[in-house]
Formats: sequence, C-alpha cells, structure tokens
Amino acid sequence: MAFLFYLLSGIALLSALMVVLSKSPINSVIYLIVCFLSIAGHYILLNAQFLAVVHIIVYTGAIMVVFLFVIMLLNLNKTNEPHKSVLTKFMAVISGGMLFLVLIAAAKGVNEMIVAKEFDANIGLVANLGKVLYTDYMIPFEASSVLFLSAMIGAVMLGKKDKK
Amino acid sequence: MDFNIYDFTSFTTWVHNALTSSMSPGWAMFVELAIVGVVFIAFYAVIGLYLVYAERKVCALIQNRKGPNRVGPFGLLQTIADLFKLLMKELIYIKNADKFLFNLAPFIVIIASFMAIAALPFAKGLHAIDLNIGIFYLFAVSSLGVIGILLAGWSSNSKYSLIGAIRSGAQVVSYELSVGLALLSIVIFSGSMQLSTIVESQANGWWIIKGHIPAIISFLIFLVASTAETNRGPFDLAEAESELTAGFHTEYSGIKFAFFFLAEYMNMFIVAAIAATVFLGGWMPFHIPGLDGMNHVMDYIPPFVWFMGKTAFIIFIMMWFKWTFPRLRIDQLLKLEWKYLLPLNLMNIVLIAFIVLMGWYIK
Repeated sequence: MAFLFYLLSGIALLSALMVVLSKSPINSVIYLIVCFLSIAGHYILLNAQFLAVVHIIVYTGAIMVVFLFVIMLLNLNKTNEPHKSVLTKFMAVISGGMLFLVLIAAAKGVNEMIVAKEFDANIGLVANLGKVLYTDYMIPFEASSVLFLSAMIGAVMLGKKDKK
Repeated sequence: MDFNIYDFTSFTTWVHNALTSSMSPGWAMFVELAIVGVVFIAFYAVIGLYLVYAERKVCALIQNRKGPNRVGPFGLLQTIADLFKLLMKELIYIKNADKFLFNLAPFIVIIASFMAIAALPFAKGLHAIDLNIGIFYLFAVSSLGVIGILLAGWSSNSKYSLIGAIRSGAQVVSYELSVGLALLSIVIFSGSMQLSTIVESQANGWWIIKGHIPAIISFLIFLVASTAETNRGPFDLAEAESELTAGFHTEYSGIKFAFFFLAEYMNMFIVAAIAATVFLGGWMPFHIPGLDGMNHVMDYIPPFVWFMGKTAFIIFIMMWFKWTFPRLRIDQLLKLEWKYLLPLNLMNIVLIAFIVLMGWYIK
C-alpha cells in the first residue's frame, strides 16, 4: 500500500509540474486530468470511494471538459499571445519566490501537528457520509445548494442576449 | 477445485487461495490484476468484433438484405478479416496535427470503456471489483470517454473533426444527466449503489416489474439517453456521414480508426449491460413468486447466459433504433434532453421517492 501511495504521489506531483511547464495549454489540461485522477487514487487508498468518484465526475468529467471546450474555441496560437517584457518576468519570479518562502515557513510546523481523531476507515463510505451530511451539517449543506442554484440562475441571466 | 457454472465464488476463491499460498500477498494481488486484465482484453476484442458483425446482420435484416455471408459460415469471420485489413493499413498523419494528442486520443476512449467493464457483474461470483458505489462509478467513468473524442477532434487539425468533437461534447455532457438520474431511480428502489446488492434485490422479480410505471419510465429514458451518450444513431451527430464525412475520427486511419470503432461498440455493450443489471435483474433468472415449477426450469439456465441474453436484447433494441429513425438536428437533440427528458426525469424521481415511502411497489 505504501508503494501505491508513493507511486500516486509521484504521478500527482510530476503531472502538476507539467501543467505549469508545458507550453501548449491543451497539454496542460491533459496533465491536469492525470493529476486529478491520481488524487482520486489517493481517496481510494483512504477507502473514501464516494469522494473519489465525485472527484472524477466533478473535476475530470465536468470541469476539464469545459476547459477543453473553451481552449478549443479560443483558437490559441503563437501570434496572439500577449507579449511580456523582461521586467514583468523578473517581478513575477520575485513574487513567486516570496510566496514559496511563505509556504516553506508555514510548512515548517507541520511535524508538530497532532492527530485529533483516530482515522476511521469507514468514514468515507457513502452511507456514513450521507448520514453526517443530512444530520450534523444539514443547514450548511442545504444553504450551499441554494448558493449553487443562485450561481446557475446568474449564469443563465448573464448568458441571455439583450432583447431589442 | 470445484467448477460450478451457477456460482463462480468457489472457483475464484480457489484461484485466490492457490495464488496466495504460492507467493506473497502483494505479488498475488499483482498476478490477479494481470489475469483479470488479460481476460478482459480478450473479452473486449471478441465482443467488439462480434457486435460489429451483429450490427451488420441487424442492419441487413431491417433493410431486407443478406448482410455479410461470404467469409466463413454465415459470414462469421467477416469482421476478423476486416480487422486484419485495418491492421495492414498505413497510418496517415496530417500536416500540422498535434502528434502526441492525435496518438493519445484513441487510447483515452479505449481506457474509459475498459474502466467501466471492470465493475460489471457478469454472473454470480464473477465480478472483478464490487465497489461500494458501483453505479456511481460506472456513471463517472462513462463520462471520461468524451475527453478522448474532444482531443481527437481538436488534434486532427480539420474542420469536420472539430465540428464533430464539439457536437459530441455538447451531446454527451447533456445526456449524461438523464443517464445518471434514470439510474438514481433504481438506487432509490433498492436502497444501495452496490451492484451486487442491486442484483440480489431482484431475486424475486426484476425492478422493471416490481417498480411498475415509474421504473418503466426511467428504463425508457435510460434507453434514449444512453443511445445518445454513446453517440449512436439517431443521435450520431458527432460523425454524421452526410454532413461531416465521419466527424471526429475523419482523419484517423488503420488501427487507430479501429480503436474508435471498437470503443463505440464496447460502449454500447456497457450501457446495455448496465441497463440489464439495473432494470432487468442482471444475472438473476426470471422468477414469478408462486410458480415453483417454472422458477426451477429458469434456474437451470446459467446466470452468465441470462446476463448476456438480456444485454443482447437491449443491444438489439439500440441497433433497431439506429436503422429505423432518421438523424436528429442538433437543436432538436438538445431540446429533447433539456426540455423533455430532464424535467420528466426529475418528476419521476419525486414520484419514485413517494412510492418507496408509501411502500406502493411489489416487495
């Protein structure tokens, strides 16, 4: 099992790096799909099968397909790429490096974390998840569904053409 | 070892024990995975080839022709000959096509259908992986194939391919909803997403009979929506021959074209198998409570034969669709899903929830 964990982590990290490093945006999308699938594998290692499948449906099935659509329709090529001056690149490196520094400083204390609760292998199964969502977290769960509904209505309103 | 055609459990445990006694658990798992993989590749090839043959025969039947009848008895070896022809053909690459993605796309389509086939219950105890959320898993992986279709269309660098891919994307993303909701209705009836539990719950009658009217409605919705999701006629806008030459796989040749072709037929097999498992009882024989004599006769037919028979019946219906109805326009296609199937489906689910709550179905 430890071997699978290292294999999946390796794939996830490598593909995440390739998302940033690959030149063509469509290749980035492919590497992002690989990254999401390996994270779904991590969920399965934790016995959270429901979360793994939701992850696949939402990220690879829906969001990545929309990404692919958008990139295809944008007709990207070298000529209409925005030109970046050396100064902007330099500033981007400096600010990125500072963010990295902050992250390292935050990650330094990671070893001191205490496990608050024993890991329950059945917690990720759909029956337990459903029970927790519909009893302990009933109101936030329903409120987030209202949020989704309003987002959908907003998208439809924005997408509608003005009537003349 | 006792090999029993009615219950594979003893056979699979025998294989498992033989492997674990001779090697470490990790290697045993690896060898088991390899065995299952090889079996599925062989199964995939045979079923894919013979579905192509079946399609041509059904088409011939409907159009009052003979169909393939020269190679082998009844033309049974025709598709194998076709496969060799496709293997010999030259692979043609387009100038300016994205080579990496062009080569990758057929494999994504094939992998998506392989992932789905792994979770199907073929017979009692003959079930590669019995996931806790089997139906949901099948629904998730069947939506991955569209990524391959989109990439194939984009990387070909051709107008026909791109239009075909975009149409296919719009179609699959919208019809996925109806497929998922139609399956959800049976999840409400049986109270589980595990495929083995769903099959067990149909021991005394299939859900399409036990769930009467709402189950029949969701079965019909599933048939229509899954035909559309697999890009088959009358919903084959992605490859509409008369307007797009061949849609997203216009520029593919040789074995790469064969991959798309095989994946299309395997996807049809998979949706038919899901419908057979969920609505028609999977490998469960046809039983009528009370008629013990008939139930015993039905029990003599092996579960695997029941499963394949039901799947073949649904595949025949889907082929019948293709050769009977004219192709829809893209706006009619999207209107059918969003204005008719989806609202009907949502109302049906509320109705089913009410029926299950009141206990108004045959238990």
